[in-house]
Amino acid sequence: MTTVIEAQGLGKRYRLGESGYVTLRERLGDVLRPEPAPPSEREVWALRNVDMAIEQGETVGIIGRNGAGKTTFLRTVARIVRPTTGLVRIRGRVGALLEVGTGFHPELTGRENVFLNGVVLGMTRKEVARRFDEIVEFAGVERFLETPLKRYSSGMYLRLAFAVAAHVDPDVLIVDEVLAVGDAEFQRRCLGRLSELGEEGRTVLFVSHDSGAVARLCTRAVWLEHGRVRDDGPVTEVVDRYLQTTVQAVTKAEVDPSPHGVIERLSLSVHVDGEAGETIRRDQPLIFELTFASRAPVRALDAAIYLIDRHGIRVVNENLSDVKPTISESGPARYRILLTITPILAPGEYVVGVWLGSSDELFFRGELLRLPIAPLPSDHTESVHGLVRPAVEWSVEQPVGEPGAAS
Amino acid sequence: MTEPPPWIENRAPEGPLSLLSLEELWRYRELGFVLAARDLKVRYKQTLLGAAWVVLQPVLAAAIFTIVFGRLAGLPSDGVPYAVFVFSGLVVWSFFSGTLTTVAQSLVQNRDLVTKTYFPSLVVPLALALPGLVDLGFSLVVLGVVMAVYGVVPGAALALLPVWALACLLVVLAAGLPLAALNVKYRDVRHTLGFLVQVLLFASPVVYASSLVEGGWRYVYALNPMVAVLDGFRWSTVGGPAPGLEAIVSLAVIVVGLIVGVIVFLRADRHFADLI
Repeated sequence: MTTVIEAQGLGKRYRLGESGYVTLRERLGDVLRPEPAPPSEREVWALRNVDMAIEQGETVGIIGRNGAGKTTFLRTVARIVRPTTGLVRIRGRVGALLEVGTGFHPELTGRENVFLNGVVLGMTRKEVARRFDEIVEFAGVERFLETPLKRYSSGMYLRLAFAVAAHVDPDVLIVDEVLAVGDAEFQRRCLGRLSELGEEGRTVLFVSHDSGAVARLCTRAVWLEHGRVRDDGPVTEVVDRYLQTTVQAVTKAEVDPSPHGVIERLSLSVHVDGEAGETIRRDQPLIFELTFASRAPVRALDAAIYLIDRHGIRVVNENLSDVKPTISESGPARYRILLTITPILAPGEYVVGVWLGSSDELFFRGELLRLPIAPLPSDHTESVHGLVRPAVEWSVEQPVGEPGAAS
Repeated sequence: MTEPPPWIENRAPEGPLSLLSLEELWRYRELGFVLAARDLKVRYKQTLLGAAWVVLQPVLAAAIFTIVFGRLAGLPSDGVPYAVFVFSGLVVWSFFSGTLTTVAQSLVQNRDLVTKTYFPSLVVPLALALPGLVDLGFSLVVLGVVMAVYGVVPGAALALLPVWALACLLVVLAAGLPLAALNVKYRDVRHTLGFLVQVLLFASPVVYASSLVEGGWRYVYALNPMVAVLDGFRWSTVGGPAPGLEAIVSLAVIVVGLIVGVIVFLRADRHFADLI
């Protein structure tokens, strides 16, 4: 085996207030009346002393909460940012997919953008030309090649962008949260293509909020917490431990997704028979209550609630738009959405996640609740469960025609 | 089993200077050309008048300057018809100011490239300086027409025209690279730049002949590298005196400015993705 990515004592410090630009005028003002904050308060270590070695052909998922350093790690591996301490080194051609459609220009045609994006991602024009037909076919935009990109629907835009990225042919592919945008079909295709690349023996480094996707795609997971490696090992074990400890709330969780985002005060709770129950048995219907407020108008807002079991399998994934129209509102508003699920879950522990977004924008995605489902008192405690346990009815009829059965 | 490819390292910056890897820059040349082509295509697709606009601007400015400075103020033009004289100056000046503005804005305008992909950042300002040459080409054609109308015939010095165009490009880079880097951190650089270019216009021999400055002052005057660029360009196209010894001062300023500019840019380079 050959090691293809290696980090030694890797650290990255950001100075607060240094990220983002200031105007020269403000800076001159600072010079005139300096009020330096104590250095410790103005510094954040996004990565701290990370050691890691990744072998050729491994598919590694990086998991962790927001701000744990996942994206910073990918960006240092991709050489976009310089480390503050230590080093990271990499062998072979690197394809970094940190965003779909980097370098795309709305005024240029689909064809022009494929070449542009391909070269931006590290291909030569010759290589793009060789794979052009494949890319176009994967994206399914043959008829719109000469149309300016600004006339594309957001779905077509995403498909084209991913198609280019998926055909870059790097030795090491680095993929950030790009799959969070786009519909389920798009995500399925992306994951399919990524696992193909993995099977071809390419090294894949993958970051996702969706621990289920990590579990399906990767063989190994690294759990980052506060910029340090907290856990590293086979994907099912790491994901399991991650879900155990990180999703703390059991039946009700409240979050404020981002300080300036569209959605605020999001809360998810689960009820049984109208109450927030303490133990939930597998024969009880579950009612999920999702409330949130929007700060701005929303268009075609869709919501999804999903349940992931301890093996990272997405047992339930329900979209509002499958049944009801999506939500459009011309101003700030509060929303309350209820989802009832008939008793179907097998006993065990589930993580409940929420997805909120429109066709071209993701507002929130995260796993919020840890939901233990208790067996029935009559269940054999050691029994083997199927993936689901729907409401079933057994009936036993006495064997017909047996003599002496009736007296 | 083939030998694995060599390690590419990303480590904490150590010394005060980052080394410029020309070899790496060369490897990313194709990206540069693609970015230059993108800029050019977009520019000509979005504007109604396309190339005409590039040409119209100096023509209109030349007409106004001819009336104000040529007729009313009677500024010297070294024996060349004033309209031809000022137009040739404006051809160079609009290339200079337009390209300088583009280069200074280049990193900020392409923030998604800088923050989402890896390549030597120097590629962006270098690439975006190129489309201006196409504009310059159009302007030169119009200059040829104007010269024909006034019966001005260029001499053998015409062969040196590319030298002056290149010199102008180097001045743009010497000033533009540090500005592009500064712009990442301080966004009001853009407003300041417009004002500075205006001031510099009158400190350069665009609307008047450099022969207005005499004696030892010419060497001080030539600290503005555009003096040699403009004098040289005029000498090669519409005629007038050849640049004198003071052009060496301009040349030295260009070389030193370019070295300092590249160093400033590379020093700021390591933080671009953190700041932008």
